[in-house]
Order: sequence, then structure tokens, then C-alpha cells
Amino acid sequence: MTGANRFSVIGKRRVRVDALSKITGQTQFADDIVLPRMLFCKLLRSSLPHAEIESVDVSAARDYPGVYLVLTGQDFPVEYGILPVSQDERPLCRDKVLFVGDPVAAVIARDEQTAGEALGLIDIRYRPLPTIATVREALLPTDTPLQEYAEEANIHRRLAYSFGDVEAALKEADYVFDDTFFYEGSTHLALEQHAAVGVADPDGRVTLWSSTQCPHYVHRAMAKTLEMPAAHIRVIACPNGGGFGGKTDPFNHEIVVAKASLMLGRPVKICLTREEVFYCHRGRHPVTMRLRTGVTRDGKLTGMHLQTLLDGGAYGSYGVASTFYTAVLQPLTYHLPRYSYQACRVFTNKPPCGPKRGHGTPQPRFGQEIQLDKIAEKLQLDPAEFRLGIVEKPNTLTANYLKIGTNGLKQCIERVVTRSDWKNKHRKLPTGQGVGLACSAYMTGAGTAIYWNKMPHSGVQIKLDRSGLITVYCGATEAGQGSDDVLVGLVAEVLGIEPIDIKCVTGDTDLTPVDLGSYSSRVTLMMGNAAIQAAGRARDLIAGAVAERLEIPVDHLGFAEGRVFDVGDPSTGMTFCEAVICAEEKHGTLVSTGSYAPPKAVAKFPGAGVGPSPTYSFSAAVVEVEVDTETGIIEISCVTIAHDIGRALNPVLAEGQIIGSVYMGIGEALMEEHTTRRLAPRLSDALVHRNPSMLDYKSLTMHDMPQVHVEIIENPDPNGPFGAKEAGQGPLLPIMPAIANAVYDAVGVRIDELPITPEKVLKALNLKASGREPRIGPKRFPEIDWPESVFVLPPWEGGDGTASNKPERKRAAKMHNMDKVATS
Amino acid sequence: MTEANKITRNRPGNVHLSLNVNGENLQVSVAPYKTLLEVLREDLVLTGTKHGCELGECGTCTVLVNGQAVLSCLLLALECEDVEIETIEGMAKDRKLHPLQQAFAEHGGSQCGYCTGGMLMSAKALLDSQPQPDGAQIREALSGNLCRCTGYQQIIDSVKAAAATMRDGATSPGGDTP
Repeated sequence: MTGANRFSVIGKRRVRVDALSKITGQTQFADDIVLPRMLFCKLLRSSLPHAEIESVDVSAARDYPGVYLVLTGQDFPVEYGILPVSQDERPLCRDKVLFVGDPVAAVIARDEQTAGEALGLIDIRYRPLPTIATVREALLPTDTPLQEYAEEANIHRRLAYSFGDVEAALKEADYVFDDTFFYEGSTHLALEQHAAVGVADPDGRVTLWSSTQCPHYVHRAMAKTLEMPAAHIRVIACPNGGGFGGKTDPFNHEIVVAKASLMLGRPVKICLTREEVFYCHRGRHPVTMRLRTGVTRDGKLTGMHLQTLLDGGAYGSYGVASTFYTAVLQPLTYHLPRYSYQACRVFTNKPPCGPKRGHGTPQPRFGQEIQLDKIAEKLQLDPAEFRLGIVEKPNTLTANYLKIGTNGLKQCIERVVTRSDWKNKHRKLPTGQGVGLACSAYMTGAGTAIYWNKMPHSGVQIKLDRSGLITVYCGATEAGQGSDDVLVGLVAEVLGIEPIDIKCVTGDTDLTPVDLGSYSSRVTLMMGNAAIQAAGRARDLIAGAVAERLEIPVDHLGFAEGRVFDVGDPSTGMTFCEAVICAEEKHGTLVSTGSYAPPKAVAKFPGAGVGPSPTYSFSAAVVEVEVDTETGIIEISCVTIAHDIGRALNPVLAEGQIIGSVYMGIGEALMEEHTTRRLAPRLSDALVHRNPSMLDYKSLTMHDMPQVHVEIIENPDPNGPFGAKEAGQGPLLPIMPAIANAVYDAVGVRIDELPITPEKVLKALNLKASGREPRIGPKRFPEIDWPESVFVLPPWEGGDGTASNKPERKRAAKMHNMDKVATS
Repeated sequence: MTEANKITRNRPGNVHLSLNVNGENLQVSVAPYKTLLEVLREDLVLTGTKHGCELGECGTCTVLVNGQAVLSCLLLALECEDVEIETIEGMAKDRKLHPLQQAFAEHGGSQCGYCTGGMLMSAKALLDSQPQPDGAQIREALSGNLCRCTGYQQIIDSVKAAAATMRDGATSPGGDTP
């Protein structure tokens, strides 16, 4: 009946389990929730970029007809934050405001209109403080740092690591390439604005519905800030109308509506405006970077030294992890005998940055893949051949001890080279047309949890009902990426039944076992492996009972097409439903569980926890562009992308994730900018968000999107469920550098920064015409007072993954010892 | 706590409207400044129509007014008394999915689903007026509907597939609403 590799559900092009409710408008998003006696909350946000709060007078607002409650920072004594090392946020600011948009008060009223009107009656007195508008200003000493735990000046965190003696490696090289790049910030722009509803129970418990990707982390933050037992708090993640990392922090508005509901004993709802979503941000860090890379004449890398400077914005958020991620994944793609990096994140009076699709890794990838293009040109090697000569092998360790499992990068490069007809195009197309190639690698889930613990990262429970219905419970959250479909598909495959006979309950901290959340591309693998374990145990329960009933050995039983039968004589058997009844008669009420925790990191040096992953995906892309030399306008003709996915559990969804990644990458390459500007002096000269609206913040429409040719490369990875690896973030990474390389191929100008806009192309063309170096990009990397590097010998130089020194973190003298944990 | 529902300012009294939505005549009493979007979502609890930008830019609030794709966030409910309004909830007629809905499901035209209602409305307006559109016409008709998940390609594929199904007159296979 079922051949070893012929699956009935996995690998099939299926309608996703949540498709029908979405195409009929029945999916309930957070703002669709309507409850009896529900009140509405609006937040008052700071109009100053950096100021002390001197006084807050809410009396007029409180007396306004239709207002039920007004809250301020005084109502929230406890701070929170996604990372244990940066618990620096308060639901409403109490002492200081740190960016225009920082929430300072909340009005709860009969309707949004009333709440909005009452906001204007709140009288807040500020004492302005000096604004930190740029990374350079953030590096200068100050006695009013944005965060007390800053190392010094407005420096949030500095990292310095050396895996082998890189300076020696650079000396041995025939050529050392020294290039600086800048990657502008951008935001997730999920079409659904954040929304949440808090509902207090009569017995003092509270439920929060919220558009969040991480109900578990919101649950922990609420327990801390509301000073309530977590067991009395329930967080239900509504289906996200897009997340992309923008809904992975616990947020002010979630805690405020929960608190308000507890105080009023009525449901309280909030829905942010689009402008407010820009202020929540937690998007792509703007990063200045410098890469010094040694290469031999025959195209082998000898070593690389990377420096990155991240403009973090006002709060920590995931910042420490983001800082690591601007460095740790670089050695995955090409063999780097020695690797060292220095990374620094600073605070500025801007909306805080955090994880956006790719979380810190697209930025250094942009620089690295452009530099490789420059190296290939110098060595007169074809960029694809050059990369094929240095791709990292499967099943190996990198210099910084990341353990690579399956690695299809070689196949990816070969496939896109063929499919895009690269050989007949690169350096061969007429002026104005060009092709560019780039590769990348990404993790399938962070190996270390956000908070240190020894528990599973994902848990699944299965209830078997005598009606034949299988209900699967998991904390993972559907944000559009298809996690519900993966969960149901895997269980259906193991139990040999149809997805329609399975119902999944996800993202509800009361009902579902913990899953850490939908971030770092971890859900398919970690939830998937837990689901397979749970389904396997359920299957064993059934098989034990049916084998006994049919008097045949257990391993003679097959599960397929809704039946349980003797593989030798398929007519002997019963329907799945009958089999469940048979099992319930034998075992009593049927339930099974499964859980997954990633393997321990190989290395032991401090900070080794960021970067390891159960397995890594690889991608290669060729982008073809047309550049109009009169206007500088860039037209993407087509994109060819190959992605090493292990196995596509549902090819329709896998292709959707890949094309969606390409789309978001093109946006960041050509038009998206999350930046600030100064208001006119006669107004307030305040540093404000430049384009906090969808009219001004540009993103691709259907007109701007080119045809994408997707090549799915499958060699199943033993660590993944049925061999599956990630697909939601990796394919974004190669797009931006491939576009930059294509522009160079088309018109011979180097735009070493994002976004690549028509005016930058024109400026570069003019430089070229006047005989100067046709390059737009940063000239210099700023001077930073780096700490001593943690030194770790690479595996092939006899290293065992431990640091050979223990340098103290650089701190300003007056720093009291705030954060004991090095990093999580 | 002052007496909450006493309105001291001269906020205008509600207006009584009779709206034809998805073929049904519905009566509402709403503040005159409310947009059609707000009335659909808050007063008629037809929450399939979404909001994403508050300024007529994202397309998630698209509905059909007399068969035309319109941004309901830029339309006062007051202006909609004698027009036929269709929302995503009315697209499947007597429990049978419209071929566009079936195609979106089969070709990955909907990932998170937040733009899907508006996208389907624009697509329906297109096919109603141009049954066999080419790629350029599809892009033009749907360029006002932003999507952040799909990269649009599987949406275009879905519209093409639906047009083919409708051309061949085949009722979409097994297209019943569950």
C-alpha cells in the first residue's frame, strides 16, 4: 500500500487548512472581536524625542463624558522587555520619554471617538533632554544616557570575537578587500495593525486576545508587569494579519488593556492606527558595516574581519540578539578558515528596532555578497564559479562552531545559473541590462530559548476521540506562514488520515502546551518534530489495540487512507474511527504528547548560544535588471531563486514563502526606508518619523513585482520533520545584494548602500562620466572603543569550542552591575 | 465617574440608514461621520472587510458598490443608501464558493488572509467587467490592493485560474462552503 517514500499528505500541493475561512472573510482577527460591554482604549504618545516627564494632569480627561479610566506610568511600577538582559520598557512611560510615539497615558472610554477626544485633555509637562539623532552622536559621552544599563555613552552592547588569528590570515592573503556598506532600516508593514482585547474574569483572572506571534512571551511579560500568577493569565494569539517579526515583542498596549480590564471588570479593546504601528516598529536595524577579507590568487578565502554598527533606537528589544546576528551566520556559506567580528548596537531617540524577517542577517549578507562580486571581478573569475569553489561542505563545523547538517548550496547555485541562463548574460548583456548573483544561509530556529531554561521549545498534545476526530493542541501561532497547515499535515501523514479529520487548536496559553512562538523560522522544525512524536505515540496506542484484536504482530499494521490494516492482507483491517474505539476500549481515554528541544550548542564560549540551530537552509538567487541611464530607474525583469528546503511539506505554501521573501527583499533593496527627520525649528525641531503612513512609506504594488522562478531543492535533513528545513526568511537574504550586483553588471556603478534609488544611480553615473570612482556608499567606519576580543581557536586548529581568554565587558566606571547574565 | 452617556457637546445625533448589503436590506442608526467601512465592521459586524492604513492606500477595505471596486474607508455610509454593496461575506452564493475563492485556496492566493477580502472584491469587479483579462490587466485592476505576504504572484495565478474555470463554464469542482 504505502511505499517507503510515497507519502499521502506530505509533499502534496494541498489547500491549506485555514484557506476557506480566509477566502470567505470568516477568519477572526483581533480587531474583529466584539464583546458585550466592551470599552475602547487609546494611547497618548510622546510628541518629544527625549524628555523627562515632570507632571501628568489627567483630571480633565477623567471627567470627560464617556471616559471610564485614565492610566499613566504611575500605574505600572514594573518594567519588562523581551530579553532578560534588557528589561527596559514600561507599559506607559513614567520618568522619561525616549522617542516621538513613546506611550505616556491611556484613556479607556465608551468608544474610540470619545477616547480620542479625551486624549487631548491630558496635560503633560516635559523637560526636554538632548536628542540623540545619529549613531555618531550615540557614541559620544553623555550624562543623560537613554538607558542606565548602557555600557558607556549611548552604547547598548559591544561584541568582539576572534576565531583564529585573522590579522595573520589577512597578511598571508594575496589580496585583502576592505569595503564599507550601509543598510537602511525598514519596517514589517504587516497589513493588520496590532490589536488586543483584555477581558477580566469575575474571579480576578484575565484573558488577553492579541495579534501576537509569541503568546508565551506575552504571557511571561504580563505576569511580571501585572504582578499576578501566570496561571491566572490567559493569552490567546489571534491569527496574525502578517507578522514578519513585528509582533514578537510583548507590547505596551497589550499590558495596558489587560490592566484596564482588571480594574474595570469589563472587556477593553485597543486597535493601533497605522501611524502607531510605525512607532511600535521592532523592524530592521540600520547597519553600517565594514568587511576586510583575505583571498588567494586562485580564489580561496583566507580570513574575514567584520565590523557592524547598529542604530538600535530607544529600547533594547531583541537588540543584543540582533547584534550577534549581524555577524554569527556569515561563515555558513563559504569556507572561512579564520573569522573575527566586532559588533556594536547604540541607542538613539527613534522607534526601537528588533527582529524583522532575517533578523540582523540580511545586512552583513548584503555587504559580503557584494564584496565577493568585487573579488571575483578582480580575480577574473565568474562570480558563480568563484562561489562554487569555496562553498562550505555539508555535515561540518564553521570557524565559529556552527554545526551544518545538509547543505544544498552547490545545487542551488548550479540550478539558478542554468535556469537564468547566467553564462550567456553575465557581462554579456547590452548596457542598461544586467544580472547579479548572490547566495545566503539561514537558521531553522534559534537553538537557544530567549530565557534560559531546560524545558522543551515546543510541545504538542493530541486528543483521540471515538468519533474519529483528532484534535491537535500546540502553542505555535499562525501568522500567515502556514504553521497550522504544517501541524495538521504532519499528524495526518503519521496517522494515515485526511486533514479534514483533524482540528488544530493553537496559540492559547490555557489550552495548548508551550511553544516559544513564531520567530527565527523555528516552527516547522520544532513544532513539527514534537507533532510527529505525539502522533507516533498515538499511533502506537492504536496499533497495540488493533494488533491484539486482529491477532497479528504490531509491525504488520499499516495506517493509510483512513484505515488500519494488515499490510500483508489489506482487506483485513478496520476504519481509523473503529481503530480509535478499539484503542479506547483497551487503554481508556486516549491522549498522547510530544515535545522537542534542539541539540545543545557545540561550543562553550560566552555568547555561543546565538547562532546554533538544528539545521540551516541555503539559497541562491539571480536577479535580472534594466537600468534607465537617463532616469536611473531600475526595473527588475525577473528573479530566479533556488532554495535548499530539505523537503517542501506543502509545495504551494513553500513557494508562497519563497516568493514572499523575494518580494520583501526587493522592497528593502529599492524603496523601503524607515527613517527620521527634524521638524522645522519654528515648530519644535523634534526628531520625528519621516514617513509614518502607508502613503509615504513605499512598498511594492502588483505593478512593481517581477516574475519569480522558484526552484525548490530537496535533500531531506535528518533533523527536520520528514526532512523539512525553513523557507520563510532565508530566501529574502540574497535578493538585495543580487540586485546591487545586477545594477553593476548593467551600468558599471556600485551602490554599496540601501535603498538603491534612481538618484543614487544617476549620481554614480555622473561620477563615472567625470572619471571619478562610480560608487555611492559610506566612506569610513566610525571609530569605536572595542573591548578585547574573546579568542577561540577554530575546530581545525585544535580548538575545543572554549574561549582561551575571559575579557571583561567594557563598562563606564560609574556603571552599576545591571545585567549579570552575559546573553541569552 | 460622571454620568457616562450624557453628551454635553453638540455631537450630531445619529442618522437612520437603510443599506443594501449582500442582497439584504439592513437598517442602521449611526453617527453621520461614520465611513461605510466603520458601519460594515462596527454596526453590521461584517468584519471580513478590513482596515490597514486609515487613508485609502492599502486596499484591505475594498468592497463592491454597484459592481465597482471601492475603498469603503473613503466613503461615508450616508452616501450609500441607494446602492448595492457587496462584501467578501456575500461572495459565496448559496454556500457555493465563487471560482475566484476556490482558485485563491488552491493556488496560495491567501497566506495571512488580511488582504484577501479586498483582493477578492477587486478581482471579482475585474472578472465581471473583463472575463478574460491578461496579466497586465490583472495587475492594473489589483494594483490598489497591497499584500505583504504573497509577493502577488500566486494571487495573479489564482485570478488567471478562476478566469479559465469561468470560461470553460465548469462549475468549480467541489466548491461548496463547508
